[in-house]
Amino acid sequence: MSTTIEHVACTFCGCVCDDIVVEIEGSRIAGVRRACAVGRGVLDEYDPEVRRPTLRGREVEWEAAIEAAASILDRADSPLIYGLSSSAVEAQRKAVELADRLGAVIDTTSSVCHGPTGLAMQAVGEATCTLGEVRDRADLIVFWGCNPAASHPRHFGRFSLTPKGTHTPNGRKDRTVFVVDVRPTGSSKQADHFLQVDVGADYEVLTALRSLVKGNDLAHGSIGGIPVSQLKDLVERMKACRYGVVFMGMGLTMSRGRHLNVGELFSLVTELNDYARFSVIPMRGHGNVAGADQVLTWSTGYPFAVSFARGYPQYGPGEFTAVDVLARGEADAALIIASDPAAHFPRRAAEHLERIPTIVLDPSESLTAGIAQVVFPTASYGLDAAGTAYRMDNVPIPLRRLLTSGRPTDEEVLDRIIEAVK
Amino acid sequence: MLGVLGGRVYDPRNGSDGETRDIWVKDGRVVSPEEADRQGAEIVDATGLVVMPGGVDIHSHIVGAKVNAARKFRPEDHRGAERARAGAFRSGSGHTVPSTHLTGYLYAEMGYTTVMEAATAPLVARHAHEEMADVPIIDKATFITMGNNHFLMKCIRDGRHEMARDYVAWLLRASKGYAIKIVNPGGVENWKWGSNVGELDDEVIGFGVTPRQILETLAQISGELGLPHPPHIHGINLGRSSSARTSIETMAALDGLRAHFCHIQFLSYGKGKGGVHTSEAVAIAEAVNAHPDLTVDVGQLVFGSATTMTSDGPLQHSLHRTTGSKWMNVDVEGETGGGIVPVFYKRTNPINAVMWRTGMELFLLIKDPWKVFLTTDHPNAGCFTSYPHVIKLLMDRDYRAEVFEGIHARAREGSVLHDLEREYSLYEIAVITRAGPARALGLKNKGHLGVGADADIAIYQEMDDKAEMFARPRYVFKGGTLVARDGTVVADPPGRTFYVAPSYDPGVEKDIRRHFEATYTVSFENYSMLSQPVTHEEVIACG
Ligand SMILES: [Zn+2]
Repeated sequence: MSTTIEHVACTFCGCVCDDIVVEIEGSRIAGVRRACAVGRGVLDEYDPEVRRPTLRGREVEWEAAIEAAASILDRADSPLIYGLSSSAVEAQRKAVELADRLGAVIDTTSSVCHGPTGLAMQAVGEATCTLGEVRDRADLIVFWGCNPAASHPRHFGRFSLTPKGTHTPNGRKDRTVFVVDVRPTGSSKQADHFLQVDVGADYEVLTALRSLVKGNDLAHGSIGGIPVSQLKDLVERMKACRYGVVFMGMGLTMSRGRHLNVGELFSLVTELNDYARFSVIPMRGHGNVAGADQVLTWSTGYPFAVSFARGYPQYGPGEFTAVDVLARGEADAALIIASDPAAHFPRRAAEHLERIPTIVLDPSESLTAGIAQVVFPTASYGLDAAGTAYRMDNVPIPLRRLLTSGRPTDEEVLDRIIEAVK
Repeated sequence: MLGVLGGRVYDPRNGSDGETRDIWVKDGRVVSPEEADRQGAEIVDATGLVVMPGGVDIHSHIVGAKVNAARKFRPEDHRGAERARAGAFRSGSGHTVPSTHLTGYLYAEMGYTTVMEAATAPLVARHAHEEMADVPIIDKATFITMGNNHFLMKCIRDGRHEMARDYVAWLLRASKGYAIKIVNPGGVENWKWGSNVGELDDEVIGFGVTPRQILETLAQISGELGLPHPPHIHGINLGRSSSARTSIETMAALDGLRAHFCHIQFLSYGKGKGGVHTSEAVAIAEAVNAHPDLTVDVGQLVFGSATTMTSDGPLQHSLHRTTGSKWMNVDVEGETGGGIVPVFYKRTNPINAVMWRTGMELFLLIKDPWKVFLTTDHPNAGCFTSYPHVIKLLMDRDYRAEVFEGIHARAREGSVLHDLEREYSLYEIAVITRAGPARALGLKNKGHLGVGADADIAIYQEMDDKAEMFARPRYVFKGGTLVARDGTVVADPPGRTFYVAPSYDPGVEKDIRRHFEATYTVSFENYSMLSQPVTHEEVIACG
């Protein structure tokens, strides 16, 4: 017998599409409709079978694993808690509470994707909107340093390219679309205009655009590989549109200039509001990385890179970011929630992680779990656990429990650890 | 059983003006002296101390999308305003926008036990509730912004009043809200077209309705649904020189309907020379005095750092243009918008000084303290932690005169402030910070210490310096539990979340669902919190 569940949310990416239909047969997902290929895979392939926690690779009882985790954290002087973006708000709250209790450093995957975006927002502000405003109003859309065709597969169809909205009744025909990137991508193929920027030249191009908006003339030729005439054309369209939106991604945050690139873009968008309405939306990657920002911020005042070592929250991007804390060899224990730094961090940081006792909470297997002392195979939010995720535009979406497995949630495990630490 | 014995009790709702009375508490509620059981009771000797109900804040921005965006936006606000963890108490940070746990501690330490979050967009109400679960001690509720709501404006356009009413009821339940909030009706929608409204009869682009129609409809609906708190109105033209005129026009338009006008100080200006507005407090106070069904809170400006945050998007853009401060804007689909701009109010700045003076004049010119409440529109005009300072200004005319002499000369010109000798009494302070707001909110168990009231009690040592007195209560009880002593938290039980559940014709859900499918990017099922409890929730009955 199978059951159909509608309005299911998928946490693969920051779109958190919540219109998915799932067929359940017994304890497995038997069918998925409306999801993108990746989302379908996440849902389809999930194995909710209960697995016991492991201590140095050997299966142990939950009790023993909690005790081992607590004793690792109790013995540490400078523990690091990291990850969080693929977990739910409920677990993120517990993770901050644990960090506060331990005097730990807590950081999220934001620091290796949109951390610079946060810094730019703090420096110059940010004019933004929810995705429904994009669908209903935007007649000019710019994708800068991002490739939603690959990273956010339903973004075009649900929000930004083809959907028909109140003031965009003809869908794609009512929108002019630009892609700015260092190379042609799946997304640039679908744009009306592709501006190919030289690697590392985004800042220059953005500054040129701001200058043009202000009415300055630029010498002919090209800037950052883009002919000035094309930049002028873009600026004219930006000033004349009804509602413009820029989506930006790691092409800006992780290339030379980082937060300065983003700050330049955010300033441009702010200044365009003197002519037309304009917004910018960072293309957040992981399903609930925006939620991690939210929870850390409401609990500590800061979105990532927070140290409680002095008893109160201190903010230090570059200082308390996980990569830096590890690369400097400062962390003497780590608790990783639903992410895989051993696979993704720079070598020095990953090597240090291997040297220190590590605890992992993760529904799936990972390289980090492979090197960890204690591993808790937890439930997956939106599959066999309920919770909340925040979409890339910070709209909260409830995640339902579709499967009844016996797996504990991240929240439950963290709660037990909080009780067990001294 | 708890007994607070021998205190000078200021309980305006029950007519006690400093009379010596004993307060007995059982199971978190005030009980009659006959029910008192001295054996084994916890006794607080309040002899000579001032006893008041816990403070009730009718308008403050403490949780949710906008507040949290402001926290993230302003790391510079938090440095030097940290609190270290202490035992089971959480650490936190933030001066104008404190983190959630710290917010609960700071309010409780000041003797406040009930706080209204003043604006939540329904689309992100879930966020506000998640934060409220992390604000300990104080009881909370949130107002739901509706003044630019598409479904509602369509109902008004099509003359479908009943559908509008059913929708409002549904929306309050779906977002677990407490009251209707209206912010710059129609102006926020027009801002999405780069425009605004300036008159009550201006048109909302794409809907053909007017601010006047939105205000009237929502005020009527609020009454029809019997909501405990009337519509909470931030009118058109906030901060502009036309604001006093349109505030008075709005009051006239809603004559005969209950309404609360929030942070009215920001809407009491007239046209002055060189871009410096004049205070029109005299005219506004006259209008407030004349309308029996109307209450206001002041939104008193406090010199120093503040963070302006409001759903009034166009206002924030112009504030950014004027001050050059960094700016955040968020347009929220189908519902509202908002902006954030940090500011620093200076007594030497003539505009800021006029704002300060306007607030003071309003406090002193509005005759009935049951109609005017103490707020700073936290953190827009100042922090809630400045309430003791504002109380001192109201109770101590010498101190007030001293501050007045120090503000920019332009702002002193023509002010009635030196002639206003009025000093608030402790009884009147208990009205404007407790009994009055509780009554306006329809919270029957708050703001007083009669039998059946929540045992939220703030006990102060009387001092000459009223700021010092009100900043550090000797004892604060929340629901009968001692939560703060000498201005420091000693316990942090969770607070409750209040909301209303007015009834509606379920047939409207079909229409709302259709509207959702056509216009929202979130599904109807995932938007509504109807069947999802929030922690420590309590429904307040509609009348
Ligand atoms: Zn306000």
